[in-house]
Amino acid sequence: MRNAFVRTLTALAREDERIVLLMGDIGNRMFDEFKSLFPTRFYNCGVAEANMTGLAAGLALSGFRPVTYTIAPFNSYRCFEQIRLDLCYQNVPVVVAGVGGGLSYAGLGATHHSCEDIACLRSLPNMRVLCPGDAVEVGLLLEQAVREPGPSYLRLGKKNEPVIHQTPPQLAIGKAIELRAGRDVMILNTGNTLPEAVGAADLLAEAGISAGVASVHTVKPLDTDLLARCFQTCRLVVSMEEHGAAGGFGGAIAEWMADAGPQKARLLRLNTGREFLAASGNQRCAREHCGLTAATAAARIREALG
Amino acid sequence: MPATPDIQAMRSAAREIRKQAVRMSHRSHATHLGSSLSCADVLAAAYWGVLRLNPQAPDDPERDRFILSKGHAAAALFATLALRGFFPVEDLERYASPGCHMEEHPSPKAAPGVEAATGSLGHGLPIGTGMALAARIAGRPSRVFVLMGDGEQNEGSVWEAAMFAGGQRLANLCAVIDCNRWQATGRSGEILALEPLADKWRSFGWDAVEVDGHDVGALATAMAATPGESGRPLAIVARTVKGKGVSFMEDDNNWHYRVPNDDELARALGELEGA
Repeated sequence: MRNAFVRTLTALAREDERIVLLMGDIGNRMFDEFKSLFPTRFYNCGVAEANMTGLAAGLALSGFRPVTYTIAPFNSYRCFEQIRLDLCYQNVPVVVAGVGGGLSYAGLGATHHSCEDIACLRSLPNMRVLCPGDAVEVGLLLEQAVREPGPSYLRLGKKNEPVIHQTPPQLAIGKAIELRAGRDVMILNTGNTLPEAVGAADLLAEAGISAGVASVHTVKPLDTDLLARCFQTCRLVVSMEEHGAAGGFGGAIAEWMADAGPQKARLLRLNTGREFLAASGNQRCAREHCGLTAATAAARIREALG
Repeated sequence: MPATPDIQAMRSAAREIRKQAVRMSHRSHATHLGSSLSCADVLAAAYWGVLRLNPQAPDDPERDRFILSKGHAAAALFATLALRGFFPVEDLERYASPGCHMEEHPSPKAAPGVEAATGSLGHGLPIGTGMALAARIAGRPSRVFVLMGDGEQNEGSVWEAAMFAGGQRLANLCAVIDCNRWQATGRSGEILALEPLADKWRSFGWDAVEVDGHDVGALATAMAATPGESGRPLAIVARTVKGKGVSFMEDDNNWHYRVPNDDELARALGELEGA
């Protein structure tokens, strides 16, 4: 996802002179090409995320289209008030890109996990929350986000994740992509666990359970048409995300359910739980621990189906 | 703006800003009057002596920008903008009333001429730094002025921006610090280690000067100093008195939160009129 991000941003910056990249002293060598092509539109802002976010607002208020980039926890809650006021309150076109979303950097410890970022950022008026499921979605979402009139949060994984979309899909912010239909279960995945969701559906199919998968790359605004449809057609709807239980994608669906009234299907929320993860090992181990691998997710879904 | 700032015009503007701020506080029961009074001369010097702008074209990309980072002095900013011709002075009567976008801290697009939403401290300098950077990238002549409080110097984001602007040598950026020696609940020099403030700015890669923050001529001269000679951004430490212009409010921090009653309004206006 990281490479797709920088490749797409470099291509966009060739066409649009308003794009300015602000980064928080990470991504060693990754931006070399961008920097050499656009030396006046690349700034290492140092380890100072609050200022980086305010700078982006000032650039946007002057007609530019800034993109800020650093590790997800630092580009979301570290500078949360700057995002809230400088970006959202003023409703300016800035893309806040957080790399290492969820448990991408599990082994670095909880300081570098971002299991609360979706909850924080989707609480903000005017903010779009975008969680691509693979590198293809990263490119398509970034292309659209830089054209939006207000702020977006782009939650990236790390690098070399499996690519799910072998051909570029139709993608629009706020409209989920249905990868396969299902009669019994619908797995709604947001973000970097998309390969696990697809794997879980495969395992369920082997067990004779018809499980659909949708990549819900946009948590805000939520695709409520999709929710209304799958809660009426399936027995079980599953939310899947590398994010805590409080306030994330599953929380957004639960809010929708509370407002929308009784549904045919019930909701199973798969997430990283309610505790800080300690001694979790790498991302794979952490997913095992949380029940977010294909096998553990499939087992929990079968259990929920009874 | 004229090449030589008109001292009388700036003084007169500062007096009118103060009178409006006192009336606005009295009418709407809005607080922070002392903070508005302490920075009235900075606003008058900026808007009547320094800034290149046209109230009829508030969105001109080449304009100079002024950000009131100490957003709690919004009444003074709105009075300034109205008196300078951005919108009718009568509109100030609606300040802080239901349905009016001129709130006690400036909201986005609160009024023509408001460059940034402020009110939470420590936000104006990063935004202003972004605007100064934008002007440089786009090759525009704009200068950017950011007015902060001395209490606001507590905020870490101020110093993050100071380091960035110093590192980038953003000579088109000017920070003015309204040093009225008080923050909300005590002396700003006692709550945190504030001084030596000008030296702090210098050590972050800025030029810094200290001026009498109630001498409009000195303020205008400092702010109008040709940018770019040193290549460094400029910090102006303006030494001021909180509540300036109304004897019973001067250096009395109760007027951070107090609102004048009818009698106090009459006395305050009388003093300001006679000044």
